[in-house]
Amino acid sequence: MNAPAPLPDAEALLLRLAERMRAAVAFDAAFVGIYSGGAWLAERLGAMIPGNHPVGFVDVSFYRDDYSTIGLKPNSRRTELPFDVNGATIVLIDDVLYTGRSVRAATNELFDFGRPAAIELAVLVDRGGRELPYEPTYCGERLTVATDLSIVLSRDGDLLRLAAEPVVR
Amino acid sequence: MKIAISNGRLVDHAGKLDRIDTLYVAAGRIVAIGDAPEGWHANRVIDAKGLVVTAGLVDLAARLREPGFEYKATLESELHAAVAGGVTTLACPPDTDPPLDEPGLVEMLKFRARSHNQAHVYPVGALTVGLQGTTLTEMGELSDAGCVAFSHADVPLLDTQLLRRAMQYAATFGYRVWLRPCDPHLSRGGVAHDGEVATRLGLPGIPAAAETIALATILALARETGVHLHVARLSAAGSVAMVRAAKADGLALTCDVGVHHLHLCDLDIGWFDANAHLVPPLRTTRDRAALRDGVADGTIDAICSDHAPVDDDGKQVPFGEAEPGATGLELLLPLTLKWATEEKVPLPVALSRITSVPAAILGVEAGALAVGRQADICIFDPDAWWTVERGALMSQGKNTPFLGLQVPGRVRATLVAGQVVHEG
Amino acid sequence: MRNPQLDAHGALTHLLTLEGLPADVITGILDTAEPFVSIAEREVKKVPLLRGKAVFNLFFENSTRTRTTFEIAAKRLSADVINLNIGASSTSKGETLLDTVDNLVAMDADILVVRHSQSGAPHLIAQHLNAHGRTHVHVVNAGDGRHAHPTQGLLDLYTIRHYKRDFRNLTVAVVGDVLHSRVARSLIHGLTTLGTPEVRAIGPKTLLPAQVEALGVRVFHDMREGLRGCDAVVMLRLQNERMKGALLPSAGEYFKHYGLTEEKLALAKPDVIVMHPGPMNRGVEIDSAVADGARSVILPQVTFGIAVRMAVMSIIAANR
Repeated sequence: MNAPAPLPDAEALLLRLAERMRAAVAFDAAFVGIYSGGAWLAERLGAMIPGNHPVGFVDVSFYRDDYSTIGLKPNSRRTELPFDVNGATIVLIDDVLYTGRSVRAATNELFDFGRPAAIELAVLVDRGGRELPYEPTYCGERLTVATDLSIVLSRDGDLLRLAAEPVVR
Repeated sequence: MKIAISNGRLVDHAGKLDRIDTLYVAAGRIVAIGDAPEGWHANRVIDAKGLVVTAGLVDLAARLREPGFEYKATLESELHAAVAGGVTTLACPPDTDPPLDEPGLVEMLKFRARSHNQAHVYPVGALTVGLQGTTLTEMGELSDAGCVAFSHADVPLLDTQLLRRAMQYAATFGYRVWLRPCDPHLSRGGVAHDGEVATRLGLPGIPAAAETIALATILALARETGVHLHVARLSAAGSVAMVRAAKADGLALTCDVGVHHLHLCDLDIGWFDANAHLVPPLRTTRDRAALRDGVADGTIDAICSDHAPVDDDGKQVPFGEAEPGATGLELLLPLTLKWATEEKVPLPVALSRITSVPAAILGVEAGALAVGRQADICIFDPDAWWTVERGALMSQGKNTPFLGLQVPGRVRATLVAGQVVHEG
Repeated sequence: MRNPQLDAHGALTHLLTLEGLPADVITGILDTAEPFVSIAEREVKKVPLLRGKAVFNLFFENSTRTRTTFEIAAKRLSADVINLNIGASSTSKGETLLDTVDNLVAMDADILVVRHSQSGAPHLIAQHLNAHGRTHVHVVNAGDGRHAHPTQGLLDLYTIRHYKRDFRNLTVAVVGDVLHSRVARSLIHGLTTLGTPEVRAIGPKTLLPAQVEALGVRVFHDMREGLRGCDAVVMLRLQNERMKGALLPSAGEYFKHYGLTEEKLALAKPDVIVMHPGPMNRGVEIDSAVADGARSVILPQVTFGIAVRMAVMSIIAANR
């Protein structure tokens, strides 16, 4: 049995992602992070990438498609979009892209605030396993991960870390 | 029909009978206890080994719902229920539709009841016409037709002047008056005891004072008129104390309690269980304790079922809208036994509260297990517990707060006038 | 006796009363309500949580206010809303309460919001649904007789928490007709469950229920004494019928003893908040100056009320 490959360093991936975005992202694109990993990334990227990039956050709890099975978990995170969604170019930012359902939920939520001109997707890690037709515009790294593991981004002070944890059923 | 009931524990408190022996029945009467009569050949022998043999129970209040409320229950179903519960004599209150205020109605009821050949039915007549509280009924005529007493059922009597005159009239002729103490103003709109539980549940309350104030009035008028008084369905500790004091003071009166009130209190309403909507209401644990003590020390003379069958439509509604009452004929014996065991009251004494004592209050020959008396007999297994469920009840009324619970005491056979009318 | 509001996993499946609900369930509802408050500030004031679900407002007692807030709350969750105003008694229509409920369940109701003049009506409905295995249908009590108005209790708790943060330091007074008030009962249960050290009931003896102390309140008949040091004052509505029932001689005399004026309010803490479930009888239980004054949070209560009802419906609809 092979030992699982070690995960890449999150900070290194962030630098790579920022470089890729710097080259192509619109000057006044808004960066909207999906809580909570995407929110940390959006904050960091907003500081790292030159231009006029308002930073916003979405909490997708009310737009998830698994509400009828797992219900609603109370949390104190609020969707904050400090810019006009109508006509905006938005880069949706998440830590791990997997099935694509969080991206769908976030997109639906954005459309309840107005009609964006364009939405791009930036993710730190793409682990494949897509169930919906979404692909990242900007990606830190592609990884292959066993289905019984979940990739989690955590923050220790100012440092971001990636870890693999067994899936909690 | 010659029947021998053998090896049972024969109990009759008044007759100081409590031993295992054999009882002989012939021509509708008890002809011997112990040794068989001369030339005895039994048509039937009932083996009562391990069972208790007592006089058939006498229930002071069982609503049969006829005439007028046949959708709730009928004479047939309720008289079957009575003997299934070991009740061989019962008094039915006058709150039928129309109320029992005319001799014709009383005669018809007695006739129809007799035709079923089950328990003996003694109607209690209405004290006022239509139970309206304004005109006295023809108590003489009603007495001749078979009424053993006169009451106002659960309808409050507002007019104290009328109440006094009704008592004076009844006292003139020695008629018995049964009254349930209830002040109509204090109880108006109330559906539960006015206490902590009603406050939590937001239910309009009936304070204990509604009973004690009315009882004070009734006792004062009884003292003055000398009427033969029976107070029905005590529910409050204060009432028990008042009766105790009145008796100590020499006032001749009897009283009863509904068997549900010996066991339940307002907490048993739980989350608005309409089966616990009773009249009088279930009061606090302290009231319940006083009622239990009252029966134990004889302040309260008799226990009755206060049988009130209600159909499902009457109970499957919000608590306040539900028709009050519980089915009780089949629970009178088990619940009396349960109380006796819990309070360590000897079985013969406990049984007397549902046999000889109520018979004396009714003024009829019943409730005695003795040679020469009518063979109305209840044979039961005191150790057999059974679950109170819809299928187990013969009454059309399945409304009981004891649904789903287990109670002790299964009737194995009931005889009325020497005939076996129920076997279980 | 199992709590009929909780399902087999201990999760909230009906909201019938605040009494007996674990503190964490109540806090969970308040926490869930927070993000819903900000939805009112969006252009599209909707989230898709209850899309495809049917919410039936079954009001046996008229109430435009409460019915409207439930309707707004349900629509903001993208649910379909059907209003049934049965008016007086269901029996006047010949159909029993439970028959009406069975018909609505057959019409695929997911949530029944019920207001009834009889205490215990929502409990009867919930027990009926539980007994028949209809676990996907949920009951929300919008007010039953004098018994409970749990969503009002929750929005009152939310309001107090919003301005005062920690219940464990507070003195809260409920003033007026506690006897007839389901709002008071629900709030008292909620406050005591969340650890409020002093809950006061202020009113004349005629308007306080038997053994009200057993609910966990301290009784005051003198309003000035009762208001001393309060962090929050909740004024209850006084209905005209109370004068007819010999409970009170007149509205004027009531106002004199139990009406909230600036002078009486000055006895409470300087940062006291004044609440009222509405609609207000100005000049009877509360002075206009106080109702419209700086200490009044009566209008925010309404906003919080929509968010709280959204929270309740979204929590129960997911449990079965």
